[in-house]
Amino acid sequence: MKILVGVKRVVDAYIKVRIKADNSAVDVEKLKMVVNPFCEIAIEEALRLKEKGIATEVVAVSVGPDSCKEQLRTALALGADRAIHIATEEITQPLAIAKLFNAMVEKEKPGLVIFGKQSIDGDNNQTGQMLAALSGMPQGTFASELAFEGGEVIVTREIDSGLQKVALKLPAVITADLRLNEPRYVSLPNLMKAKRKPIESISVADLGIDISPRLSTISVQNPPVRSAGEKLGNVDELIDKLKTEGAI
Amino acid sequence: MSILVIAEHNNEELQAATANVLSAAKVLAQKADCKISLLIAGYNCSSVAESACAIDGINEVLLADCPALEKQLPENLAPYLVELVNEKSFTYLMAPSTTTAKNSLPRIAALLDVAQISDVIDIVNTDTFVHPIYAGNALETVKSGDVVKVMTVRTSAFDAASLTGGTALVEKLKDAVDLGVSRFISETVVESDRPELSNARIVISGGRGMQSADNFKMLEAVADKLGAAIGASRAAVDAGYVANDMQVGQTGKIVAPDLYIAVGISGAIQHLAGMKDSKIIVAINKDEDAPIFNVADYGLVADLFEVLPELESKL
Ligand SMILES: Cc1cc2nc3c(=O)[nH]c(=O)nc-3n(C[C@H](O)[C@H](O)[C@H](O)COP(=O)(O)OP(=O)(O)OC[C@H]3O[C@@H](n4cnc5c(N)ncnc54)[C@H](O)[C@@H]3O)c2cc1C
Ligand SMILES: Nc1ncnc2c1ncn2[C@@H]1O[C@H](COP(=O)(O)O)[C@@H](O)[C@H]1O
Repeated sequence: MKILVGVKRVVDAYIKVRIKADNSAVDVEKLKMVVNPFCEIAIEEALRLKEKGIATEVVAVSVGPDSCKEQLRTALALGADRAIHIATEEITQPLAIAKLFNAMVEKEKPGLVIFGKQSIDGDNNQTGQMLAALSGMPQGTFASELAFEGGEVIVTREIDSGLQKVALKLPAVITADLRLNEPRYVSLPNLMKAKRKPIESISVADLGIDISPRLSTISVQNPPVRSAGEKLGNVDELIDKLKTEGAI
Repeated sequence: MSILVIAEHNNEELQAATANVLSAAKVLAQKADCKISLLIAGYNCSSVAESACAIDGINEVLLADCPALEKQLPENLAPYLVELVNEKSFTYLMAPSTTTAKNSLPRIAALLDVAQISDVIDIVNTDTFVHPIYAGNALETVKSGDVVKVMTVRTSAFDAASLTGGTALVEKLKDAVDLGVSRFISETVVESDRPELSNARIVISGGRGMQSADNFKMLEAVADKLGAAIGASRAAVDAGYVANDMQVGQTGKIVAPDLYIAVGISGAIQHLAGMKDSKIIVAINKDEDAPIFNVADYGLVADLFEVLPELESKL
């Protein structure tokens, strides 16, 4: 079984971003860029399935400008067999990315596609579900455990009320939640080796898919700021304050 | 123009999130001068539809009651909804940002060939909406050019609408087809007598500082005194102190109670994303430089193992 993994390049999770002075966008210039944490979990799951003999090949795919190759190299260094870069300088929204991935699904015919549940920049939580729709595959979103039995994947899903188990016919789309696994680290020698591995490049124009954005950004603003309040001396003062405010 | 709201329910009763998304729908309905239909999709859920008729401000209750929709599996629900949206020419599809809707709504949007706007917190006008990005560190205003505008609504950003005062009628829809590609197996639901985390008036959350699952009992004792729901940081969930459904944050639940008490939580960006819109924030942390104090109205720099028992006895 071949596994396709979606790898997105995003700003490091621990950086607090700033908004451009003209309020047109978030300023990501010169910030540390990484593999979206949920995509790291997706890669890790694919690698483990290969190590267990369930998968035969892991293919990492990223959509975006040339700089995305850096994250694809990380995926290769972690152990992905191949990497595909779908090149575009345009702004890509989840529907467009799902369409591009659908073209990859048609070409590569994977048994499983693993995405992250959410990109930590746009916080969309959409692309995996959209790809599943377009490809007609069933979907196991917010996955915290996978098991393979008789042509099906049993997915444990993190839902608002607890955990849910569903069985999906393969091929299927999975989106990884935080507790699916704990990703391994890249070793420096592997990163060096990955530098020499080829990355296949496909241009959006060659795929003939319309990726124009459906939503236009009018502005990006700072959220209201909360300022620090007061530090209290003891529990009695705290209870007092909360009673005065009618909070308790 | 017309709005279809997908209700959140468990086949027995409407869930709180429905009241919040309805309040957002009413704001939109007023701006677009249009009507609201409420969809109850499930199985053996006619009682939910009947109670929904009493909601003020909705035009009709659509009931899709059939085995294929029992657990709202997106594979069955999405094509069914696309047909419904097309048949009735809905121009807006709204649902609360719950895991149920986050699962299905993008699948429906893609089949409709339209975008989804995730986590709407403000409705500017009929085609322009505000939603948070980057863990709530930026608010993006987007304009949609799609014929059907699909959006999930952040429940904490809209007050609950009243669920009484109305006299809508139920229209029973045809059955959905089970496509047979997905199957529900089981659900492990965490039962609790405490208020639901997402809409509790008071939330008390524990972090890695709690040190063990057992220690959470101290937090529970205080929660019971306050009638509070219990939340947690990702670190506490990852460590197995509490269940996954208690995670508050960017990638967990978003809450905005009147009072949020963070105990042994440092205040990472991802945690703040889930609680910084709370009315009053209290932080209890032994590290006076913990970032949580930057957003807290009241802070106690203290050992939580001393504070929690004292709180319990004095409340
Ligand atoms: C992709 C991604 C998504 C994430 N999503 C979320 C999310 O949704 N929600 C979330 O919470 N996090 C999330 N995180 C994790 C987040 O970055 C932090 O790692 C996490 O919130 C830290 O949890 P904590 O504050 O409990 O632990 P720590 O940061 O370890 O803080 C523990 C705190 O407890 C205090 N403490 C220890 N002992 C005591 C004591 N005896 N008395 C008083 N205080 C004490 C310490 O001073 C410290 O401040 C996410 C991270 C990533 C990368
Ligand atoms: N530009 C991209 N390139 C590759 N994969 C992506 C891209 N955007 C989104 N994805 C995948 O879709 C997941 C969910 O993203 P989102 O729907 O944006 O929250 C990510 O974790 C990735 O696995």
